[in-house]
Amino acid sequence: MDAEPGFSCEITLNTALTDDERRRFQNPAVIRRILADAKTIAVVGLSSERQRASHFVATYLQRAGYRVIPVRPGAGSMLGETAYPDLASVPFPLDLAVVFRRGRETLTVADQAIAAGVPRIWFQLRIPAVEAAERAAAAGLEVVLDKCIKMEHGRFGGTLAWAGMNTEIVSARKQRLADHRGRSDG
Amino acid sequence: MLHAGHIPDAVVGARAVPIYQTTSFVFDDTEMAAQLFELRQYGNIYTRIGNPTTAVFEERIASLESATGALATSSGMAAQLVALMTLLSPGDEIVSSSHLYGGTVTQFTHTFKKLSIQVRFVDPTRIDNWEQAITPKTRALFGETIGNPRGSILDLAALAALADAKRIPLIVDNTFATPYLCRPIEHGATIVVHSATKFIGGHGNSIGGVIAESGRFDYSGFPTVAGPSPSYHDLRFYETFGHYGYLMKARAETLRDTGACLSPMNAFLLLQGLETLSLRMDRHTANALAVATFLRAHPAVEWVAYAGLPDHPDHALAKKYMGGRPGAVFSFGLKASGGDARLAGRRFIESLQLFSHLANVGDSRSLVIHPASTTHQQLSDAELAAAGVGPELVRLSVGIETADDLLWDLDQALRAAA
Repeated sequence: MDAEPGFSCEITLNTALTDDERRRFQNPAVIRRILADAKTIAVVGLSSERQRASHFVATYLQRAGYRVIPVRPGAGSMLGETAYPDLASVPFPLDLAVVFRRGRETLTVADQAIAAGVPRIWFQLRIPAVEAAERAAAAGLEVVLDKCIKMEHGRFGGTLAWAGMNTEIVSARKQRLADHRGRSDG
Repeated sequence: MLHAGHIPDAVVGARAVPIYQTTSFVFDDTEMAAQLFELRQYGNIYTRIGNPTTAVFEERIASLESATGALATSSGMAAQLVALMTLLSPGDEIVSSSHLYGGTVTQFTHTFKKLSIQVRFVDPTRIDNWEQAITPKTRALFGETIGNPRGSILDLAALAALADAKRIPLIVDNTFATPYLCRPIEHGATIVVHSATKFIGGHGNSIGGVIAESGRFDYSGFPTVAGPSPSYHDLRFYETFGHYGYLMKARAETLRDTGACLSPMNAFLLLQGLETLSLRMDRHTANALAVATFLRAHPAVEWVAYAGLPDHPDHALAKKYMGGRPGAVFSFGLKASGGDARLAGRRFIESLQLFSHLANVGDSRSLVIHPASTTHQQLSDAELAAAGVGPELVRLSVGIETADDLLWDLDQALRAAA
């Protein structure tokens, strides 16, 4: 994974969080560690509609080498994987839950992640679920809030810059070889 | 200005930004190709849509403008066209400052009319004028940070507050100020456009433009950005890409379809310019103030319109938004020679030795033009006055030469014209 972040890799743009919440729930070091360590990722609220953001994110993560587990009531299988109605029903360990649910549902998902022993939870961009994040953090989970995992993967992998976006990463050091391939597995 | 947007690549480690002079990019495999075309992956397909050299320029501008991202275009005019076409549908309206570059007035008045888009021009100096011109069809406010021809300064914060209250984006042409002197997004603007041809490139060698966007505007009321896109299987750009939605739409649809892309070579040259933007603008503005101060005291000069001078009506705004340094392009009026100001203008231009007579601004060399005998020569004195361009008006773009050399040149030419 990752270009070595330089002195300005503090990501400040486009969030509804306060500075304190950003420090706790948008820590670049935590984000990079999660992207590097997670292998099996549940996408909670994955839509079956191809053009929805959750579908874009799930197919992106698959291509980047992660195993994506759909979590959605009533869905048999999606993207070649069996879907489960909730986190508790997934019969194997998950490394991360990525949440596309809003409002009070975020608390339910946080409780389920805690109960199921999922070690990390990521609430997507424009889901500033501070209460759910606090609850998960208090239970010892690593938490990311109000960020898009696809954008962050592209940001630290060096590919988001190709879209002309402001990655807020400044570095004079060489990229690592794996960067342009997304996930570093070699 | 030196680092943002470029991290030395893993294999070669080139320190300068490499020029990817290629039309197209080989796909990893068929599945990746399909996902790139669906916009599911970040990657390069075709230089009309995006290019790694151009992307460095885009990210660097985004970083300088405090924007979420940027999109490069073939020229400043193309930047305006792409920025507005992404937002607007036939029947929509724009409220625009009338203190604009002449080419923009023409684009808005004639070309946009063909697209059934009406532009209402207002005197930008009073916020009431803007408010009164806004109708339910208004989809954008447009102005220049430093306006033509009298150097008026846009009251960005007041205008941004109005735009915010009306839920329409404020678009600012920041060409004359550059992000070194003023960053409109930090004052509430949604979109910034540039003719990068001018101070960004800075050396008069490449035409280019760029659009930067704040990422903070709520586009849900804009079906052009938030609605389903028929050319991407009903993809909703604003929902799927969030704060990148507008720029993704501008790139994947408007730029794709207008073809107004920047060439990688020009992106490289504009990046070379950006590296010294701060140094050049320090010198440009110091020289501009020296020239303006000199001209105002000169017996052959009627008036000087530079907001860097304390008696300019917008001096306070220039201090507020650009630290009292409102760029290096301004106008002044010659005293009429025997009552014929056009003749005085022609004599003045013909006598200059260092100032280049041409139709551009923002070169590292000093430039001059006399609109009444060139760009506006078909107009009568009355029509010139209506356009705010009197027969006595001379426009300067002050370069980075030694200031004393410029003052010498102006003095001898003013004496010759008098």
